[in-house]
Amino acid sequence: MQYSESRTRNLRWLTYASIGLFIISFWMIFSYVGPERTQGEVQRIFYTHLGAFFASFVLFVVALIAGIQYLRTRHEKWDDLGLSAIELGLIFSLINIVTGAIWARPIWNTWWTWDPRLTTVAIMWLAYAAYLMLRAGIEDPNRRRRFAAVYSILAFSSVFLTIIIIRVRPDTIHPVVAGPTSTSEGIEGDFAMSDRITTTLLFTIFTYVVISITLLWHRIRLENRTKLIQARKMKLLLNA
Amino acid sequence: MIEVENLVKTFGYFPVLRGVDLKVERGQFLAFLGPNGSGKTTMLRILQGLAKPTSGRVLIGGWEIPKETFAVRQQLGVVSHLPLLYDSLTAEENLLFFARLYDVPAAERGDRVHTMLQQVGLDKRAKSVVQTFSRGMVQRLAIARALLHDPAILLLDEPYTGLDVDAAALLDHLLTEVAGVKDGIRTVIMTTHDLGRAYQHATHVAILSRGKIGYYGPTSAMTTDELPRIYAETVGMVTTA
Amino acid sequence: MSVTTTTPETTSTTQPKKRRLRTPYFQVVASLAWKDLRAEARGREMVNAMLLFSIMAVLIFSFALELDRQAQEATVGGVLWVTIAFAGTLGLGRSLAAEKDKGSLDALLLAPVERSALFYGKMIGNFLFTLAVGFLLVFLLTVLFNVNLFRPVLWLIIVLGCLGFATTGTLVASMSVHARAREMLLPILLLPVILPIIISATRASTALLTELKTEDWLPWIQLLGVVDFVFLLAGFFLFDFIVEE
Repeated sequence: MQYSESRTRNLRWLTYASIGLFIISFWMIFSYVGPERTQGEVQRIFYTHLGAFFASFVLFVVALIAGIQYLRTRHEKWDDLGLSAIELGLIFSLINIVTGAIWARPIWNTWWTWDPRLTTVAIMWLAYAAYLMLRAGIEDPNRRRRFAAVYSILAFSSVFLTIIIIRVRPDTIHPVVAGPTSTSEGIEGDFAMSDRITTTLLFTIFTYVVISITLLWHRIRLENRTKLIQARKMKLLLNA
Repeated sequence: MIEVENLVKTFGYFPVLRGVDLKVERGQFLAFLGPNGSGKTTMLRILQGLAKPTSGRVLIGGWEIPKETFAVRQQLGVVSHLPLLYDSLTAEENLLFFARLYDVPAAERGDRVHTMLQQVGLDKRAKSVVQTFSRGMVQRLAIARALLHDPAILLLDEPYTGLDVDAAALLDHLLTEVAGVKDGIRTVIMTTHDLGRAYQHATHVAILSRGKIGYYGPTSAMTTDELPRIYAETVGMVTTA
Repeated sequence: MSVTTTTPETTSTTQPKKRRLRTPYFQVVASLAWKDLRAEARGREMVNAMLLFSIMAVLIFSFALELDRQAQEATVGGVLWVTIAFAGTLGLGRSLAAEKDKGSLDALLLAPVERSALFYGKMIGNFLFTLAVGFLLVFLLTVLFNVNLFRPVLWLIIVLGCLGFATTGTLVASMSVHARAREMLLPILLLPVILPIIISATRASTALLTELKTEDWLPWIQLLGVVDFVFLLAGFFLFDFIVEE
């Protein structure tokens, strides 16, 4: 398999763009936007928190689509896409969880609480971790790909649950950022959004989504290279 | 009856079958030989419709796999080294269950099950649970199960594995008498490591080696002693490679 | 289901010439469910293990959580569903391992039947066994937690919850049965996926038992019904991909 020059060039530009965006968003988070009224400096972590969440959400949607497409076409590339998306999705949702815990320590006075939103996010993370366990447990490569695709479709139910739980369970203390909030006008639940906060937030989310796509592209290339080497080894073995 | 053209099956990047061509006429008994890892099992699973070929054409009784698997399955009877039976059901219940799955008409089901039990000599144990059966009895019941729906093709996957001398002799008897093999009304493909039995039953021999048919010929053209030599020569290519 | 009539090439010693190409859908579902019930009625290995496990679990719960009356009402729903989920997982692993190890799963796949019919047949068996655990728990928890669980609405919740559990469970267990460490893998794969069912069933049960208003538990039952339906549909489409190579 040989990559075309133009594709490699596109990926290189996308990588530069991601780095650039990341630096700008870093600057925006720490310098452009001021500290939030009620929460102070600690609120700055919130941009990364949400950026990582959106990145992982996008990646899990990609994995869902890849799963469906694999079952339809049985083309290996969809399986590679699904695996790459879920690996990266796990990393981004881990960033999401860790930054959330750091934010929660001063604001909720605890690292972790069994709030519905936090619980479902943890379960979502476990579901995709289980996906990797499933892959590791099945030896026959075709069966592994099939099962992985089926499970990535099933596991998406946990993503769905994470998204809707805030609307169904009004007792969550987690702030609802996107869409109408059902929380009462409490201190924690109420994010006073200035223009600068909104701009920074949207920019960070955009940055993280771009970064996740760039990394996904790199990860797939890596997978392809590994396979190329495997195929060559196999060829050598068979012709020896 | 069975036509296989340029059949390829790969697992990941590993090609297990690398272009198999095979033709089995109605009434033939083909001994399908080959060392472990030669692709025998994969080939059989494809013929059973349990695995999809990567490329190539497989026609069974005029029906194409995998497109028309329902029609193909209706014509296949399978005896494997695994019993394919339920331990906690009786012999009769097992057969009745599979008769229903194969859509043997309700009116004939009971008769058919009892005829089969009689033919394999298990009619006295019809009400016993399979758990209490010896390995040989289980294999007899497995043959009855495979023939329940009167299939045109019989696939035997290492049927002698785990049988003692008596049970194996009985299986020989059942294959020739009950399965109607000698009358040529059924087409049979059998995989085995037992070259003597292969020679004894088969009309034709195919030897699989490195994912391809390394040898194909009728047993009438060789003597009993020749088969092991042919087998070693065909398969030997792997070890010297 | 289209039932085509054709004449396959058979030796035809005992059969009439005309035969259906594939076995009717409900005949497959029914005979598979019948087979599981018959085997279980004789051996009772699975159901006995599930029932014993749930008795022990409930005893441990009631022992570990020595609660006052109000707290008992609030926890009994959770105890009910946690026990059903764990006991059910125990049974599921057994039910599909039994098919795979003797090669009988292959035997089922060799028959001219729709794959999804096999799925629903298998699911019905698992559903009934899980339901047996559910109703045993109704008695046990009523006695040990002193909360009256003899309420038709709760039974509806149990039926819906067990149905969803058995559907998802059969689907996941038919994958995990092929894995190396399948006993370990099954709960790991299953629990995150059945969470929507367990959450809505627990919330509905708890809201009902703590005497909340209808609008507090009805949405959860509706959600449970929707989730059940989605997973039943998912089973129909996905089971083919699990068993077909």
